[in-house]
Amino acid sequence: MYEKDGEKYFVVDSHMHYWNAAPDNWVAGAEQYAKGWIECFHAYQGLGPPETHWSIEHFQKYSEDDLMKDVFEDGYVDVAIFQPTYLKEWYEEGFNTTERNAALGEKHPGKFIANTRFDPRDGDVGLKQLQANVDRYGSKGVKLYTAEWNNGSRGYKLSDPGTYRYLEAAQGMGIKNIHVHKGPTIWPLDKDAFDVSDVDHAATDFPELNFIVEHVGLPRIEDFCFMATQEPNVYAGLSVVIGGLMYARPKFFAKVMGELLFWVGEDKMTFGSDYGIWEPKWQIEGFVDWDYPSDEFSDFPRVNVATKKKILGLNAAKLYGIEVPAEYQLDAGEGTPAAQDDAQLVERA
Amino acid sequence: MTAPVTAGRRGTRPAELSAPPGAPGGAVVEAPRVLAALDSVRDPELDEPITALGFVSSCTVTPDGDAQVRLRLPTYFCAPNFAFLMVADAYDVVSAMPGVRTAEIVLEDHFASDAINGGVAARAGFARSFDGEAVGELHELRADFLRKAVMAGTDQVCRPLLAAGTDPASLPALTLGDVPPSRALQRLRERRAELGLPASDDAPLLIDPKSGEPVSPDSLRLHLGRARLTRTSLEANGSICRGMLRHRYDSPGLRSEPRGEEEEQ
Repeated sequence: MYEKDGEKYFVVDSHMHYWNAAPDNWVAGAEQYAKGWIECFHAYQGLGPPETHWSIEHFQKYSEDDLMKDVFEDGYVDVAIFQPTYLKEWYEEGFNTTERNAALGEKHPGKFIANTRFDPRDGDVGLKQLQANVDRYGSKGVKLYTAEWNNGSRGYKLSDPGTYRYLEAAQGMGIKNIHVHKGPTIWPLDKDAFDVSDVDHAATDFPELNFIVEHVGLPRIEDFCFMATQEPNVYAGLSVVIGGLMYARPKFFAKVMGELLFWVGEDKMTFGSDYGIWEPKWQIEGFVDWDYPSDEFSDFPRVNVATKKKILGLNAAKLYGIEVPAEYQLDAGEGTPAAQDDAQLVERA
Repeated sequence: MTAPVTAGRRGTRPAELSAPPGAPGGAVVEAPRVLAALDSVRDPELDEPITALGFVSSCTVTPDGDAQVRLRLPTYFCAPNFAFLMVADAYDVVSAMPGVRTAEIVLEDHFASDAINGGVAARAGFARSFDGEAVGELHELRADFLRKAVMAGTDQVCRPLLAAGTDPASLPALTLGDVPPSRALQRLRERRAELGLPASDDAPLLIDPKSGEPVSPDSLRLHLGRARLTRTSLEANGSICRGMLRHRYDSPGLRSEPRGEEEEQ
């Protein structure tokens, strides 16, 4: 919970990690990738305020105590959602797996939601594993990396028949939320891994599922925005947007937020710190204080306390059925977004 | 032996810049000219010169005309397809310069450095350089990004017009020749020409970057909205890349144009 100027914000960190990327977890023969990957992540941390930077050693492997302090004690977060990332070709036990996350979550009831993952190329075995994870950890969401390599395959699309089979099965298991990583990536080499047209198809064909596009397709938000404005069940995951731009590039942050508010809308944007890349504390404090810096932004939708309450927690709480105490809820009539004609804009064209 | 033109890595070499003595008779090209020629090589994703972005870390030419250019990128994992295009384009530009006997382009500190450097040197093309990992070449990817550059350029050209009082509704009737000359307009024309889209004075200012068809008044608002969005995305991306490069290396790069927030707007 964060409180400022008499307003109370319920905070759901909908995209965070508990990883081990230290040398003890590097796969022999793949050390350069394991090292390069975590150094690349570490460089992203450099876009946050200097006083929040960590040493590379700390960044490679932070402890359970570090996480609990940074995220909950200092970081105002009420509920945090683990998003696993496997990368087992480089990290022996995986970078941050469902199991590793859930083991921490089980020690702190009520604090965490453990999402799991699937890879449609894993066939029947993968489906069984998915079912086992859902049964054991109660996962209501999955994180998907469509650009991940798997046995010589250079990635997959959400619109592939194999993925539809998994989406159907996942829906049957009670999965509600599909977090798709569309953002900075490495592979596949020759495809445009940022392409979001596959999300468009899947979102149309699975109207009961929610598709949260993490990192909003950064570095190319235009395709994402244009797609999301037409699909009611597509959300903008703000991890990297706040962490990577708000401090380092405040004017661009304002423009990107303005575009997202215009095309996607404040009801479909969710906060994620991307911890341990960035700590949530400064992001939440800064976002609550944030407004457009000048009149130059008068074309964009306005931002008020209700907008921020939704983005910081209420939207994600709805997606995950998290009970939010009455004192954090919006009052009746509060939080109706300013009239937006973006959808009409698209239909008219 | 000539002293190299070098931008240092964080904590290692200091930045230095020098030109070769130049062979008697001027048959050999000088390093600063090679460097200037690299202005024509762009990051296809960011639509900015690799020099301005700070990607060129050194540029040397021996008295015999053997040129070597070293490139670096913001991260170890920058997309290899774009990296390949930049290395290959740099090779094409440098090797075509009069006075250059051999050209070598070296991408440093990248997970795919070997495949890219070797592939470009062997003129192997992208697919063969990444045997089994890639199919097809990168023409379509490049065209996609040129189209984005056209959309972003449309905002860069139209925004000042609107600020100066032009009625938005009049934009679809304007031609390129109606717009006062500017760097942004020149750039827009060049990108359109590269795509084979109309770029002459009598061509419409607003066109669909895929079909080349004029934008109708009905779709004007959407078109301008997408142009603004595309520009924001492109510039925000460039801004992140500059920030990451600065974090990785302590020197600005040769002929770089580091930008602060003000200039970026």
